[in-house]
Amino acid sequence: MKYFVKLVRPYLIWSIVIVIIPLLLIVLYSVTTGGNDLINIQFTLDNFKKMAEPIYVAVFLKSFRLGLISVGICLVIGYILAYLITFFSEKVQNLLILFVTIPMWINTLLRTYAWISLLSDNGIINSVLEMLGMEPVAMMYTDFAVILGLISDLLPFMVIPIHTSLCKIDHSLHEAAMDLGANPFQTFWRVTFKLSTPGVLNGIIMTFLLSISTFVIPKLLGGGQYMLIGNLIENLFISVGDWNFGSAISVILAFIILIAITCMKRIDKETGEEE
Amino acid sequence: MKKKIGAGLYIAVCFLFFYLPIVVTMMYSFNSSKSLTKFESFSLRWYENLFTSSDIMNAVWVSVSIAILATAISTVLGTVTAIGLSKSRRVLKEIIINVNNIPIMNPDIVTAIGLMILFSSLKMDKGYITMLIAHVAFCTPYVITSVYPKARGMDPNLANAAMDLGATPFQALTKVILPMLREGIYAGILLAFTMSFDDFVISYFVTGNGVSNISIIVYNMTKRTNPTINALSTLVILVIVITLILVNVIPMILRKKQGATSLSINENNRILQEEEML
Repeated sequence: MKYFVKLVRPYLIWSIVIVIIPLLLIVLYSVTTGGNDLINIQFTLDNFKKMAEPIYVAVFLKSFRLGLISVGICLVIGYILAYLITFFSEKVQNLLILFVTIPMWINTLLRTYAWISLLSDNGIINSVLEMLGMEPVAMMYTDFAVILGLISDLLPFMVIPIHTSLCKIDHSLHEAAMDLGANPFQTFWRVTFKLSTPGVLNGIIMTFLLSISTFVIPKLLGGGQYMLIGNLIENLFISVGDWNFGSAISVILAFIILIAITCMKRIDKETGEEE
Repeated sequence: MKKKIGAGLYIAVCFLFFYLPIVVTMMYSFNSSKSLTKFESFSLRWYENLFTSSDIMNAVWVSVSIAILATAISTVLGTVTAIGLSKSRRVLKEIIINVNNIPIMNPDIVTAIGLMILFSSLKMDKGYITMLIAHVAFCTPYVITSVYPKARGMDPNLANAAMDLGATPFQALTKVILPMLREGIYAGILLAFTMSFDDFVISYFVTGNGVSNISIIVYNMTKRTNPTINALSTLVILVIVITLILVNVIPMILRKKQGATSLSINENNRILQEEEML
């Protein structure tokens, strides 16, 4: 068997170069000045202090607000969808879940672009409104358009984990709860929902992570001036060229995500222990 | 029954929300006018535009060739690593699995700028090669995650038996181990291919010198309405959906075909175990 242990070595080296070193470089850039020149770097915390400026705080707050709104809406719509899918036979369920998964595989960029033709001022929704004799509504370049884009991108990531944990629930538990005198609402809330929390948490984390790091959706549906964390990073790296400040923001973004994952794991453990 | 009708209705509305924009894009790619609202008549003029535009054809070439190369490299690297991993000591195993999870959990944009800084620190010219390396970097973890469970579940005695019977380690690998991992490897290949073919964020940050893939060219064209993008989207979506259908259908066919052979393998296992007990 010794022959095969050696097989991990190429990947070990590869992953150090291509996964670990880039992360260390981001951290290094975030605490230095001197731009892309590694020779005259100086250590500083200015990049992090700069983030306290009101414009940047506003970007963070806006990202959080939009992220939480879309995650909340996804949770409600997605939970109901996942729950209703379990009403069908296993074969039909597999087919329905396949239909939920397909959009996940189609490029976000293309799916977001597709929304433009529906939402734009002379787009399809407005021409339907016009036919019905109503005033056209400006939807493009608003928070509404961005949230709609986010929801359509994130919903599958909410539905799949919730559906997985709903499927694992033993059906006799419902019967037991009902036999013991629980009404349908109590049965749902204290048995079904409670047992599906791992899936719910997974879904919340996945959608939250994707929503706060996106830059394609706000750029396409919110317009060039629309700034979320992802757009700020893109701007700093591609247009402005301030890699140090951009790295500092990425470090904070990665840190937020790390905290979110740790929280989820802890809650997951606690609910597991209670059972 | 009433319950099911209500459920079906809700599910239908959700699916409409998922698929309406996609269907509209596909429909309007056959529109003869530039309008996004009025469908005038059926025409293939946007497809003609698509195939005569050298920029777009170059981008298609870049996307397809990178997806094939990245899939090939990451499948070999990922499979070899997964086999090694299943035989490694626990500490090493945990370290590699955790490192492997970083690119999967990290937001694309962080992975992207990390690689961007890496390539410029190494003074590499940004372009085709950097894009390929980046694609291998984010595809390999997915190959490992799909092959490793199969490698772990494999009976270690079989490879040993092959070598005891005179096979070289390489022969044991190709004739005994790889065939047993087949399903995981196929899943890995298709996952890597779709991930690579679909990628925008990472490619966008690590490319340069005018090398663009399909996503980058679409991103640059969205600044004004251009039905050629609809035609391109339609083709890309078709490629992805066909690949997905293959993902779901191939294992089914394989399972049917292998029904007979896997039975005999189980039989052999049982005999082996009985012999051990004796």
